[in-house]
Amino acid sequence: MPKVKKPKVAVWKFASCDGCQLSLLDCEDELLAVAGAIEIANFPEASRAVMKGPYDISLVEGSITTPHDAERIQEVRRISKFLITIGACATAGGIQALRNFKDVKEFISIVYAKPAYISTLEKSTPIAEHVKVDFELRGCPINKYQLLEVVNAFLNGRKPNIPSYSVCVECKRRGTVCVMTAYGTPCLGPVTQAGCGAICPAYHRGCYGCFGPKETPNTTSLSTWWRRLGVTNQNLVRAFRGFNAYAEPFRKESEAYEQK
Amino acid sequence: MIGEQVLIERQDIQKLLDVLHQKGYETVGPTIREGAIVYDQIASVEELPIGWTDEQDGGTYRLKRRNDQALFGYVVGPYSWKKFLHPPVLSLWKAKKSGKSLEIIPNSDEIPQYAFIGVRSCELHAIFIQDRVFTNGKFTDPHYQARRQKIFIIAVNCVQAGGTCFCVSMKTGPKATVGFDLALTEIIDGQRHYFVVEVGTEKGAEILQKVPTKPAQPSDKKSADERVAQAAQRMGRQLDTTDIKELLYRNLEHPRWDEVATRCLTCANCTMVCPTCFCTTVEDVTDLIGAEAERVRRWDSCFTLDFSYVHGGSVRASVKSRYRQWLTHKLASWIDQFGTSGCVGCGRCITWCPVGIDITEEVRAIRQSESAQLSERRG
Repeated sequence: MPKVKKPKVAVWKFASCDGCQLSLLDCEDELLAVAGAIEIANFPEASRAVMKGPYDISLVEGSITTPHDAERIQEVRRISKFLITIGACATAGGIQALRNFKDVKEFISIVYAKPAYISTLEKSTPIAEHVKVDFELRGCPINKYQLLEVVNAFLNGRKPNIPSYSVCVECKRRGTVCVMTAYGTPCLGPVTQAGCGAICPAYHRGCYGCFGPKETPNTTSLSTWWRRLGVTNQNLVRAFRGFNAYAEPFRKESEAYEQK
Repeated sequence: MIGEQVLIERQDIQKLLDVLHQKGYETVGPTIREGAIVYDQIASVEELPIGWTDEQDGGTYRLKRRNDQALFGYVVGPYSWKKFLHPPVLSLWKAKKSGKSLEIIPNSDEIPQYAFIGVRSCELHAIFIQDRVFTNGKFTDPHYQARRQKIFIIAVNCVQAGGTCFCVSMKTGPKATVGFDLALTEIIDGQRHYFVVEVGTEKGAEILQKVPTKPAQPSDKKSADERVAQAAQRMGRQLDTTDIKELLYRNLEHPRWDEVATRCLTCANCTMVCPTCFCTTVEDVTDLIGAEAERVRRWDSCFTLDFSYVHGGSVRASVKSRYRQWLTHKLASWIDQFGTSGCVGCGRCITWCPVGIDITEEVRAIRQSESAQLSERRG
């Protein structure tokens, strides 16, 4: 059998906590198979060895928050055949996008002794606002099985099975009892994309929206119901201002209640 | 024996479960989990929600203590028997590549032999409806059929109605009339706690032979009938089904669909909890080196965009079109397709809708606006 050239994969970090890229290393049982199937060409969290580009797949973690990163992502795009963003930072701006609702200069003047040294952008933005993205994998952090599925689908030339429907579908398939209906616990599940396996409701907690807005999310209707459950306007703003605060449907909903 | 009615005392109900176990049945029935009554494996009567009831309304479900020790003093919870007969996730087959050939390995998981304890009349009707979908036609679903053939059904006649129940409107209850092996009516009368049992099949009669029973007196039968009749009087919801197919077909562009779309979350909960909704999707998964593949079937829903995705996009992109598809299929085009309504009036879609959308209310709004228009024209 002729030796098949393995696809070269690179992992890139922008403004992020590293949690998503570590999901690749969390694939303990599958790691050998992953290593056998792909050439990990650039992954500083795993190895100092760096192979030169171009790369077949680039996994991009983190958001764009500095002028330097805004340039660097252009270079990553240029040397990548297929660019996949991983996690809430890369797809929605992450928790650091909370700055987008305030004046970042004020934060800098409060936090840093010498603000002049800080070079930062006014907003934390997702990768897709800067370059073309081939696939966005959601989650804070991403689900390692979904990551494997995307890499796997790419390697086998098929469409990834990454649904964009609600967390509710996952709750119902696994047999979890709805926390909102049975306890009146506010839950973002009905407007949040599936993918985590509906972990929080399985532990009697409402969904925090880690995977961001689902397809056609009706945040207005859900908020109206939350108000009936006794959630204050202020807490509604907080709920939508999590890891995916800057994702448009969540952003608009939080802004609507901030003004009330 | 079939059609005969006998009595079983409360203390002998365990014996009924024991006999089923001896016959090799896995007994599943109502039990409390995560703040709701769900169907799960139960070995002993003690695992039933003894002394509990449920309060249900649009988007809300609460367990409450009863002032007696009834075994079946509640109505239906979020999960129907569908999860046993039509599993939420099912591996259909696996494939292995060896050289140039492909080996297909069908799913050979052993099919459990279930005894369902406490099937309500609406749920029996839901099973008949799924029978029509899966086994009564040119294309039989072997997975459903294999499970369905093996089940033993102990029905329970409802002696109270839930806040979102409307089986009377759908003519599916509250009394179980067909399709059960045994049907129980629970009677608590002062200190006496017993069950009137109706025999539905030979299989049911055979099981009963090993359980202590007494002949039912006419007064017991009357007492049981009265209790069921009381439940029928207390339905939490009503749905006028007169001419319903034509009513909905006439109103496919009614403004009410736009109104409900402002509330509908398209979260798919209604379809997941519905005991008759049967849609699935199949997903093919591969391993990293492409040597093995698997085809998995999962519950799907007409509320997702992917459900109606064809080349170029989703046919039902708007929320309005998805809600309308679900309701009109359930109550109208289902009749054309399967010769029966797709709704049994169990009320699950109302209770478990996170924002309390009420199928009976939506139909009523359309019907009332039509009759208002009509009287305006006449007036």
